[in-house]
Amino acid sequence: MVDLKHAAAIVGIHEHVTRYAPDKSELQIQGESVIKALADAGLTKQDVDGLLTASSSARNTALNLADYLNMYPRFVDNTTVGGGSFEFHLSHALNAIVAGRLNCAVITYSSLARSSSVSVGTGGVARFGHPRLEPSPDSFEELYGLTTVGLYAMIAQRHMHLYGTTSEQLAEIAVATRYHASMNPEALFRNPITVEDVVNSRVISSPLHLPDCCVITDGGGAVVVASAEVARNCRHQPVWVLGAGEAVAHQGAGKRDLMYIAAHQSHEPAFGMAGVTHQDIDMAMIYDSFTITVLETLEDLGFCKKGEGGDFVSGGRLRIGGELPINTDGGGLSSNHPGMRGIFLLLEATRQLRHEFDRTPRQVADCNIALCHGTGGALGSRHSGGTVILGRD
Amino acid sequence: MPEWNKPLPTISGETKPYWDHCRRGELLIQKCDSCEEYQFYPRGICANCWSNDIQWVTASGKGTVWTFTVTYQNGTPGFAEEVPYVLALVELEEGVRMFTNIVDCDPRSVSIGMPVEVTFVRATDQISVPYFKPAA
Repeated sequence: MVDLKHAAAIVGIHEHVTRYAPDKSELQIQGESVIKALADAGLTKQDVDGLLTASSSARNTALNLADYLNMYPRFVDNTTVGGGSFEFHLSHALNAIVAGRLNCAVITYSSLARSSSVSVGTGGVARFGHPRLEPSPDSFEELYGLTTVGLYAMIAQRHMHLYGTTSEQLAEIAVATRYHASMNPEALFRNPITVEDVVNSRVISSPLHLPDCCVITDGGGAVVVASAEVARNCRHQPVWVLGAGEAVAHQGAGKRDLMYIAAHQSHEPAFGMAGVTHQDIDMAMIYDSFTITVLETLEDLGFCKKGEGGDFVSGGRLRIGGELPINTDGGGLSSNHPGMRGIFLLLEATRQLRHEFDRTPRQVADCNIALCHGTGGALGSRHSGGTVILGRD
Repeated sequence: MPEWNKPLPTISGETKPYWDHCRRGELLIQKCDSCEEYQFYPRGICANCWSNDIQWVTASGKGTVWTFTVTYQNGTPGFAEEVPYVLALVELEEGVRMFTNIVDCDPRSVSIGMPVEVTFVRATDQISVPYFKPAA
């Protein structure tokens, strides 16, 4: 029987350091990232037989990317379910490797969200670049002035109403993340902030303040995922894909309890496959489009009970040195968020599992197992959730 | 009245009765004759049991605020001029929730659980948009 836990591994990574690249194309950023990630793995173009990508631009498809890179992959995945698409990609690559259809794939992403002045969170209809509303669901939603931040803010508002969660507790997430960003020379914002700074700043969509929202940057990256056989000959020790789960959540015909997010469905398959428990997780990369995303995700992944997220994120628990360090690169809240951020979760988890920051404050001590959870779409309407659990030997 | 500069809904065969009745000041929702479940937004199948025994029924137009946000920033024309405005999910008496704006009140007076009722604003000759205001 195939040992699923040691069937596929991340063997190469590259994060494009740019946060602003008006002189580059998205395809160029992906090309540069793929080349460097393969070099990191000690592999070449000839070793790659799979290509996985997602884009918020309808034109930047796997097809165009294969053309640009002049590749003829035998496994192609253009799954695009929002910011967490890349956790889905890793899960699908694992499946293809186990099925014998894939030896080595690149997962890549880039966006020029900042230099093209995309108002990702507050652009309303214009954020899609096509003002004509589809008959449904858009025609029952967008005419009311939805924004991405608004769709998350509505969940935060109800969380506060039901459980007494406070703006100060949400701010703890932004503060811990900024502390981590202060150790990342590539992060967009590195100056430490306080809870007071957050709650005294401008409200974008109540109850969320500006620092409750992710930054908007350009950027990109690539991950090389390979079979155990390929992984054995790579430069770094493998970071195994121990478990994966995926889910979607939506309005359920107007009746679903929106306070439970897709992580509630995706975490059990991932933990079950990996054969680990929450206590085994040494660090987590939690998609942080907004602070409320992190709080809801931690609850629904089962790190604490529903409604207890406010207490859980307080008291330094999420900092390096705390019980569950998260987003040690500074996350989307402080480091980078080029439209979609799921690929960066895989990159930082891999760096931590490689102990790349050994003997520096950024390294999570004894980091052997990491969890990544990507959320894409909007909690208040419909979204996807992909959980992956990674581990080193 | 000023020219409507917000997005307008696109009407399809399966949603036309909803918009036709909005024009007459009636809020329609759907109920399945097979499983008796209500659903929103309207669609051509029952989202619960996948039958096509869908009936249009007139909703009472009364409900409560399930959650909301006061929007202070939206770059879209039509909304940019209206901030701060209230984006809300209202739970109708029939048990389904719909997106809307809470109008005819101070945005800061809106709270979860607040009773609201439907009100219609004429956007064009063809389209009236349902909003909600504090219940009388």
